[in-house]
Amino acid sequence: MTMNREFLINSILAIALITVPLIALGMDEPFIITLATKVAIFAMAGVGLNLVLGYGGLVSFGHAAFFGIGGYAAGILASHALNYEPIMESPFLIEGTTQMIVIWIVALVVSALVALVIGAITLRTSGVYFIMITLAFAQMIYYFAISWPAYGGEDGLSIYVRNGFPGINTLDPISFFALCAVMLAIAMVFSAVLIRSRFGLALQGARQNAQRMTAVGIAPFRIRLVAFVISAMITALAGALYADLNRFVSPTMLSWHMSGEIMVFVILGGVGRLFGPLAGAALYIILEHLLGGVWEFWQLPLGVLLLLVVLFARGGLVGVLAGERKHV
Amino acid sequence: MSDAILSLSDVTKQFGSLLASDSVTLDLRAGEIHALIGPNGAGKSTLIKQIAGEIKSDRGDIHFNGQNINALDAVARSRMGLARTFQVSSLMPEFSVLQNVMLARQSVSGKVFRFFKPVLGDKSLVDPAMAQLERVGLADRAQMRAADISHGERRQLEMAVALALEPKAFLLDEPMAGMGPEGSKRLTGFLDGLRGQAPILLVEHDMDAVFALADRISVLVYGRIIATGTVDEIRGNDDVKRAYLGEEA
Ligand SMILES: Nc1ncnc2c1ncn2[C@@H]1O[C@H](COP(=O)(O)OP(=O)(O)OP(=O)(O)O)[C@@H](O)[C@H]1O
Ligand SMILES: [Mg+2]
Repeated sequence: MTMNREFLINSILAIALITVPLIALGMDEPFIITLATKVAIFAMAGVGLNLVLGYGGLVSFGHAAFFGIGGYAAGILASHALNYEPIMESPFLIEGTTQMIVIWIVALVVSALVALVIGAITLRTSGVYFIMITLAFAQMIYYFAISWPAYGGEDGLSIYVRNGFPGINTLDPISFFALCAVMLAIAMVFSAVLIRSRFGLALQGARQNAQRMTAVGIAPFRIRLVAFVISAMITALAGALYADLNRFVSPTMLSWHMSGEIMVFVILGGVGRLFGPLAGAALYIILEHLLGGVWEFWQLPLGVLLLLVVLFARGGLVGVLAGERKHV
Repeated sequence: MSDAILSLSDVTKQFGSLLASDSVTLDLRAGEIHALIGPNGAGKSTLIKQIAGEIKSDRGDIHFNGQNINALDAVARSRMGLARTFQVSSLMPEFSVLQNVMLARQSVSGKVFRFFKPVLGDKSLVDPAMAQLERVGLADRAQMRAADISHGERRQLEMAVALALEPKAFLLDEPMAGMGPEGSKRLTGFLDGLRGQAPILLVEHDMDAVFALADRISVLVYGRIIATGTVDEIRGNDDVKRAYLGEEA
């Protein structure tokens, strides 16, 4: 019964995400398309975080690091290509690129490596320590980006022309939206498959009772580390898309505000719910758009809403609408 | 001694000034139920934790299957075939009863890092997990959340998870605790048949069950084993009467 209701809610969310920009296209409102694209990208960043936060119970306060790494992968590779400056010439030549697919692969590899290092250290802690150490690592990367003049430092880096994707005019707002929506869909399907797999069962087990995991002979640490890496990769991919949406990347993408925002998408929408990040990101962008224009302190009601969700509705928006789950 | 599956020698653990286990020497032989009894706070659970690898001993050696396992962590010991149940049920509350057992099967299969095949359709996990639930009489609860079943049923589920690990030795920490006379009787019958599958180190306060089941009994008082022997030997032991059975006998 509740399963069906959650399916219904999810379908409505998915249909809304697709139809709103199409209507905006008909009404010639490109700004709305951009907002919808932003929702898709933020949702994808949240899908990444949800894997560790929702299913793994690991409150990472440093996912902006991966979002920013994805963004800088796009910015750095594009700036080299557009300026005809190779990234390095010896011992062998590495050039920049404006091909999204190459950028995404670089974003995935770099974020995976960084997550492996950060995870291997932070996952030895738990609770508040884990929150603080993930934050500390993200801040380290943030300050590194600020103080690295080669790529704009504090001012960031512009991408003059949005990077390309074979067969698509990425400069066309609705085409770029479609690309982002498809990427979001892939991330969500991947995440849905993952949590139903053996690995997913172990990840959700590690969240509930590490003592029991150990007793059945599965080390929670390794499970969590793999989840942390996968989670970082998804968020990094979203970051690469976000840089292309704005045609700009700056240390803001790496800041703790960003980490907090990604966390808000997940918590607002529903921790450990597949469509939670989409619901949360949509609600966030709608509030920002409706209230932000008229009221400087629009984040105040957002804060109150967040507090209510944390106190009274642990399933977030999706949980409130679709009801409690029988079992995972 | 040669047929000891598990043997402890001089195993010691101190918490501050408290000696929770004090030079414990004990073995568990093939095919036996070895009961470990003693008053509250004697150090029984601590000893189980030391054997399972959850607490590091200060001193002493633990051999399992002919191998010194001092350096192995709890995960490795479980994978070697040491299965324990907890005095206070320790389960996955949000998983279904079936998923709780499947997780153990997953560990036994050695294939945890599988990312794509849906686990609930995986007959190689579901079927053996269901089989264990049937053995302990929980098959009709398979789809319920572990948090929603009764206390007694959670005790049964603890057993099913341990069984699913197909261990070479069972460490059972008060499996009858809070089960009620009916449930205790049923579990006693079940454990009686289980010793053929693997030997059992049984921590238990229920003396009817202990006397009915144990091939040997060790009595732990203030972390020390004060006596080890058959049921009759322990019943007739004056030290034991004074220290532990006195109040009941
Ligand atoms: N982690 C710990 N730190 C400090 N003291 C501990 C710790 N664990 C147990 N103890 C103490 O060690 C002693 C033995 O405890 P243990 O739980 O092993 O007793 P037990 O024989 O299992 O008792 P019961 O029959 O009540 O289960 C107790 O005095 C307990 O308070
Ligand atoms: Mg105890």
